[in-house]
Formats: sequence, structure tokens, C-alpha cells
Amino acid sequence: MKKLINDPADVVADALRGMDAAHPELQVDHENRVVFRADAPVRGKVGIVSGGGAGHEPMHGGFVGLGMLDAACAGEVFTSPVPDQMVAATQGVDGGAGVLHVVKNYTGDVINFEMAAELVAAESGTEVVTVVTDDDVAVQDSTYTAGRRGVGVTVLLEKLAGAAAEEGRPLAEVAEVARRVNGQGRSMGMALTSCTVPAAGRPTFDLPEGEMEIGVGIHGEPGRRRVPLAPAREVAEMLVEPVLADLDLTGGDGVIAFVNGLGGTPLIELYVVYAEVRAVLEKAGVGVARSLVGSYMTSLDMAGCSVTLLRADEELLRLWDAPVRTPGLRWGV
Amino acid sequence: MSAVGTEQAAAWVQAFAERVAEQRDHLTELDSAIGDADHGTNLDRGMTAALAGLQATPPADAAALLKAVAMTMISKVGGTSGPLYGTFFLRMSTALGDGRPAEVAAAFRAGVDGVVARGKAEPGDKTMVDALLPAAEALTDAVGAGEPLDAALRSAAEAAARGRDAVTASVARKGRASYLGERSAGHVDPGAASAVLLVESAAALAGG
Repeated sequence: MKKLINDPADVVADALRGMDAAHPELQVDHENRVVFRADAPVRGKVGIVSGGGAGHEPMHGGFVGLGMLDAACAGEVFTSPVPDQMVAATQGVDGGAGVLHVVKNYTGDVINFEMAAELVAAESGTEVVTVVTDDDVAVQDSTYTAGRRGVGVTVLLEKLAGAAAEEGRPLAEVAEVARRVNGQGRSMGMALTSCTVPAAGRPTFDLPEGEMEIGVGIHGEPGRRRVPLAPAREVAEMLVEPVLADLDLTGGDGVIAFVNGLGGTPLIELYVVYAEVRAVLEKAGVGVARSLVGSYMTSLDMAGCSVTLLRADEELLRLWDAPVRTPGLRWGV
Repeated sequence: MSAVGTEQAAAWVQAFAERVAEQRDHLTELDSAIGDADHGTNLDRGMTAALAGLQATPPADAAALLKAVAMTMISKVGGTSGPLYGTFFLRMSTALGDGRPAEVAAAFRAGVDGVVARGKAEPGDKTMVDALLPAAEALTDAVGAGEPLDAALRSAAEAAARGRDAVTASVARKGRASYLGERSAGHVDPGAASAVLLVESAAALAGG
């Protein structure tokens, strides 16, 4: 393992120290491992809290700031944070208008946020509404399984719900925007390499030259199937087609198209993929209203990408264009 | 061993922590194949913290001891294993009573029921429940049949191992392994494997 770290056991704490030093607009509670907006709680505004295992940077801590999250809890690498952290985050962002928990659909995240919501309800009068993201079409959705994973849509949701909260809208409306975004968005990912969890010290799985994994998540776990490496043109088809098969995206106000890097893929390749994604969408009659290309939800050093398509409407586009000022996403300010 | 008191509970937790430490890399390796490569690391981190907590604040009785372990698992580990093992110890602590065999069996069962309620896994989903549930049933049956606690715990450990092995061939329906679909078949479930260590630690304590 070759990594720019000190001790594998200290990676998360050390990174939070760096984040704290680099971003005066944030405040970091190092004991609870929570990144807050420096001006939290914002009086009268719905607070938005998310969180999850570390290793997905800039998500979630990098999305804390004006127009997006009010706080983000960091767990160990690929491990959900604990309820105590979420309680501290929730109490720290409660400006009197309630708090929205944005949770990616993984058993650990769901259980820990559920326990946190129970603790908050027992300890204080803060109203908490939880929205779980589950947009990964690589995983079959069924009541008998853990359900689809929460992946790329989470980034778009945090931006859009964040903008709605910044407008001063009540908790129920902010949660409605969040649910709508999750319902209207789908994703699919692929990997060229595995990733190395610092504490494990070696790649999670072997992926030989000339092969790729289709249908991966964001935790270095293998995907649904392994296939021979193909040109970006074909990879784009393999990612977009299952999304289109799951969700009708034709007509309307077009989509927000998001090509996300998994951490080990350079931007030049993400743009190559994006061009091919656009070509596939054009052929399918799907218009693109807004685009996002870059590494926003990573899986440590995994090479690969995911494609997320979100059916937009007038309101969502307005919220998308609203100002955002976070370490990871920044425009209009 | 005729009952579970503070001493026995402490020895059990200690033994489980040792087994987890010793099997840490193996558990993580199992998790690498069908999960996210952290089960051994996380469980070891939690049990190490739990032992440290017990040393810093020695609990008054067995129930308090299990509760202390539970709170550490819930507040320090995260992921899925933290809250699930935490819930197991927490529910067990509230049902332990005087630690007589029937109470131990009922407490173990309460712990397993807590895991099922919290994690929403059912038998056959290929999770820790597939080791824990048969163990709870074996323990209850053996104690009910009048077997001494030692022998009952050995039966429970054997049932846990059989439960783990019985789902190795199947496709995972819960947890991270479920995302692999058919590809999860043929792999030992890491959660079931660590749950076997938990029951085996109790059986070893009983002299098995």
C-alpha cells in the first residue's frame, strides 16, 4: 500500500484536521467528527444533516456550507458514523425549523440514523424527517433485500434540498423536494480497479488488466458482473441504458446529467465518458438541461465512474442554479 | 458453570474480544470478498474499546457489564456490526435476570430478537442472524431438556457453525453482500462468521 497518510488508524481524524485548517467557513467538532457550517445553527432555516463512512470525499463534509448541508458526520472509512455523532450534528444545526436527515440506503447508515432520530426525539423537541436515497439501478429493489444503494443522486439531492432550505421553506417542503429528487433520479457505476482501504492495506478485490466491473457501488465492493474492458463509447451505453430502462426521461424539462469519478480516474477521462453519455442520451431522445462532471462521490482510489440522470422540472432547475458555497461545489456566489 | 454472573460475563466478553482480535484479518478477508473489507477491523476496534471501558469502570453485575459493552459498540463502532452487536448485548443485559440457565437462554434469545428487529434480516438472508438464531434455538432446547449450561452452550456453538455453513452457498439478501447478487453465493458470510465466534467464546468458557 502506498498512501499519503500517517497511521492508517488516524486517516479520518487527520483529514478532518486538514479540512478544518483549509476552510475557515466551516467549523469542525473533532471529538464528534462532525463538520458544521461556521454559522450553524441558522435561525429559522431547516437544518440539513448527512453523513456516512469516510472515503467518499468530497461527500459529505465537502458539501457543508451555504445552499447545501448544515452538518456532515464522518464515520471510519466506509463505515457508518455512530448515533452520538448524528445527535450532536442534529442539535448543532437546529435553528428552530426542524432538521432533515439525508441517509444513503446502506444497512449501517439506515440503522445508525434511525437510532439517532430516536435519541433526538427522546431528548429534545427537534423535529427530524429522514429521506433515504436509493438510486442505484445495478441493485434490484425488493422488499426481500436491502434494496437499491444510495449513490450519485445523493449529491444532487443535497444541492437541491439545500437550496430549498436556504430559501426558507418549511421542513415538509424541503423533505418533499428531497423525496422527489430521489424518486426521479437513477444511477449506475463501473470500475476499472478496486480500491485500497487504509486499514486493510491492500486492494479489496483483484481486477486484472483488460477487465472491468459493471454495477459497482462506492465501497470498493465488486459489482454485478465482470466483463472485458471496452471503449468509453460502449461503457457509456452500459451505464446509461439500465438507467433509461428503469425511468422514463424523455420529454419534460430534460435531465440533470452527472458523470461522477470514483477517485482514481482523471477528469480528462470523465469528459470522454460525458461526451459519450450525451451521444447515448441524444439517440434516446433525452434532453440535458444541466451537467455536472467531476469526482464528487468517490470510493477512495478506485478508478471508474458512475452516471446519474435526474429528471428535472422548472423548480428543480431553479434550485440547481441557486447559489452554493461549499468546498466541493461552488457557484453563484 | 451453573449460572452467569459478573465473572462469567466478563470472561465471555474477554474471550470474544480475543477471538475477534485473532480472527481480525480473516474476518476482513471474508468481507473483502463480498463486502467492504472492514468487518474484522471494526469489530476488533469495538471490542478493544469495550474491554478498555470495562477496565476503566468495573460494572456492578453481569447485566451492567453487558450493557456497558453494548453502549460502547453502539457509540464507538458504527457501520452495521456496531449497532447490531450493541443491540444484541443491550437486549441480553435487560433479560439476564440472575443468570440461571433458563434466563441465559431467554436473554440470548432476546438479544437475537433485537438484532432481527433492528437489522430486519430474516433467516436465510445470509447474515449474522443465520448463525445466531439456530444458536438461540439450540440453547433454549438444551436448557429446556434439562441439560447443564455448559453442554447447552456447546450445542449452541455447534448450531451456530452449522447455521453459518448452511447459508454459505446461498445468495445474500441483506447487507453489503446482497449487492453482489449471484456472486455472493459460495462465500462465507462475515457477520455469520463473527457471530459463531461469539457463541464459541461462550462454549469455550464452559469448558467446550
